[in-house]
Amino acid sequence: MPSEFFIPDPEGQVPSADGYFGAFGGKFIPEALVAAVDQVAVEYEKAKADPEFARELDELLVHYTGRPSPLTEVPRFARHAGGARVFLKREDLNHTGSHKINNVLGQALLTKRMGKTRVIAETGAGQHGVATATACALFGLRCTIYMGEIDTRRQALNVARMRMLGAEVVAVKSGSRTLKDAINEAFRDWVANVDHTHYLFGTVAGPHPFPAMVRDFHRVIGVEARRQLLERAGRLPDAAVACVGGGSNAIGLFHAFIPDTGVRLIGCEPAGHGIETGEHAATLTAGEPGILHGSRSYVLQDDEGQITEPYSISAGLDYPGIGPEHSYLKDSGRAEYRAITDDAAMRALRLLSETEGIIPAIESAHALAGALEVGRELGPDGLIVVNLSGRGDKDMDTAARYFGLYDTDAEVAADAESTAEIKEDAQ
Amino acid sequence: MSGNIRLLADTLAAAKAEGRSALIAYLPAGFPTVDGGIEAVKAVLEAGADVVEVGLPHSDPVLDGPVIQTADDIALRGGVRIADVLRTVREAHEATGKPVLVMTYWNPIDRYGVERFTAELAQAGGAGCILPDLPVQESGLWREHAEKHGLATVFVVAPSSRDERLAQITAAGSGFVYAASLMGVTGTRETVGAQARDLVRRTRATGTDLPVCVGLGVSNRAQAAEVAGFADGVIVGSAFVKRLLDAPDHAAGLRAVRELAGELAQGVRGRA
Repeated sequence: MPSEFFIPDPEGQVPSADGYFGAFGGKFIPEALVAAVDQVAVEYEKAKADPEFARELDELLVHYTGRPSPLTEVPRFARHAGGARVFLKREDLNHTGSHKINNVLGQALLTKRMGKTRVIAETGAGQHGVATATACALFGLRCTIYMGEIDTRRQALNVARMRMLGAEVVAVKSGSRTLKDAINEAFRDWVANVDHTHYLFGTVAGPHPFPAMVRDFHRVIGVEARRQLLERAGRLPDAAVACVGGGSNAIGLFHAFIPDTGVRLIGCEPAGHGIETGEHAATLTAGEPGILHGSRSYVLQDDEGQITEPYSISAGLDYPGIGPEHSYLKDSGRAEYRAITDDAAMRALRLLSETEGIIPAIESAHALAGALEVGRELGPDGLIVVNLSGRGDKDMDTAARYFGLYDTDAEVAADAESTAEIKEDAQ
Repeated sequence: MSGNIRLLADTLAAAKAEGRSALIAYLPAGFPTVDGGIEAVKAVLEAGADVVEVGLPHSDPVLDGPVIQTADDIALRGGVRIADVLRTVREAHEATGKPVLVMTYWNPIDRYGVERFTAELAQAGGAGCILPDLPVQESGLWREHAEKHGLATVFVVAPSSRDERLAQITAAGSGFVYAASLMGVTGTRETVGAQARDLVRRTRATGTDLPVCVGLGVSNRAQAAEVAGFADGVIVGSAFVKRLLDAPDHAAGLRAVRELAGELAQGVRGRA
């Protein structure tokens, strides 16, 4: 029986056998990791061909994750989007609170098939780390999560969640102390422990086969959304909108719509304080092709190939790279990418909360802000689907400070103190 | 064979003819300053290193441990540029006549331009390059230009490399083969694994004529002597960098790296 939820790309045209999406992708890894990365590729191909793998994954996606995720129309929010109809693909309602679990469960099953007993992962906002820690608890795997020190502070709730689930959380103090540096540290761990450790990579970047494999595990988002929209709205959307950090939730939403050339695919990158300030993480808007974390793609870098430090209010989007398939979709013109400032994202976060009773993650709020723009461009006949990739609980501290939602200064001080304690624990 | 790849081959062959291993040192350019780095590179060559690898610092050194990360960080914050790396190569080679290679990650060279970098490195008197995150399958363009300019392409092999990959890598590489003594990032280790001996044996079993040199973890004379017992060269990096980092001032740092190079030079001659 074909799987309902594990639906790898049926075209099989990209990437090429050596992992290239046009000019982007490939496998730029140290020799010490070649055997392990090859093993992942071989095991993944075997798993794809094995109905038992799909059955096991389907079982988990239905009864553990809660798939299919709902599609929610948001008419009160949509009034601010030029009157276009707006639907949200509710990946925030998955177990653990984001889309990340789709990929994590797939790779956790693969880890077992490879006979490995330990999993490592990077995390920015902590959503991939929480999902990974969850799967490791479920499967009895040892788990270490690398997280930039700055992110352990701004996403302290998720640090506590990961520890509650039994994972070790390592605060990374090198470089910009955010997602990029967490990935560097995870690679260093992997090189040393590759015989028993799987690196459960959390986005559609990295060396082949990760960009294609992680995409395949998230393809279900777009496949479901496409079917649900045809049922509910009776037609395909004019635009599919998603936020883009490394690009996993966006590729998950976009991929099933790629053959539907009438559907605009719109990725929303973090413009931080504004592209012109240099304080942003808008890789496709402001980057140049280069190599970071194992593949060729757009990268934020200087004229001599040093990676520049990114900035975003959103820890999950604060990354100077991007998955190679997005670079391919950008250059081929099939997808378009626009940059959304911190302020625009935060306004959209508050708007959705107040008009629809849904508090989105700051990451997903970038997509909502993009949808507001796109809706105004399309006008009242427009139909938009937005990937609501995660829920906002983890961001309440950042949002409360941004909007001044705490009652008193004393309360803010008390909160800062408890954050400092958590941080001390982390050290 | 043309250019300084010939000098590299001759240097390694001369060590072999003397019945010893070669001592290959690594130091990052621009650390602690550009001029200070040049002095350090010259010091280790004068004190007994046969070959030096000059590191081109990178913002994201995923294969380096904390010692080299710290040095790269200091160099980059000091504003080191590729022109400074090339000047380090030129001055070290001109002052000592010894072979000087560059070791770096692929992105800086990709961004600078392969054609431009290989031409300028050869012009500076460089002997070749080690690019540990450029696997042989992705190295076609690099090797084409490196060959044109008489530069060696030194590939890394690891304990996890299967025999068929060792054959591919030794066939594509030139200068020497860099055998990683263990699975891990750069940094000093208490012991240098038994994996190193086996990897050198398996690399030689491919039938390659290239010298096989061992790096990662070696920090002292006894370890150098041990590795010299089975490898054509002993590569030492973090131990030199650590001496510079730990020194109270640059003059003391130079004395410390000179002293270490002298001890290691004894080690590679089998004098533990």
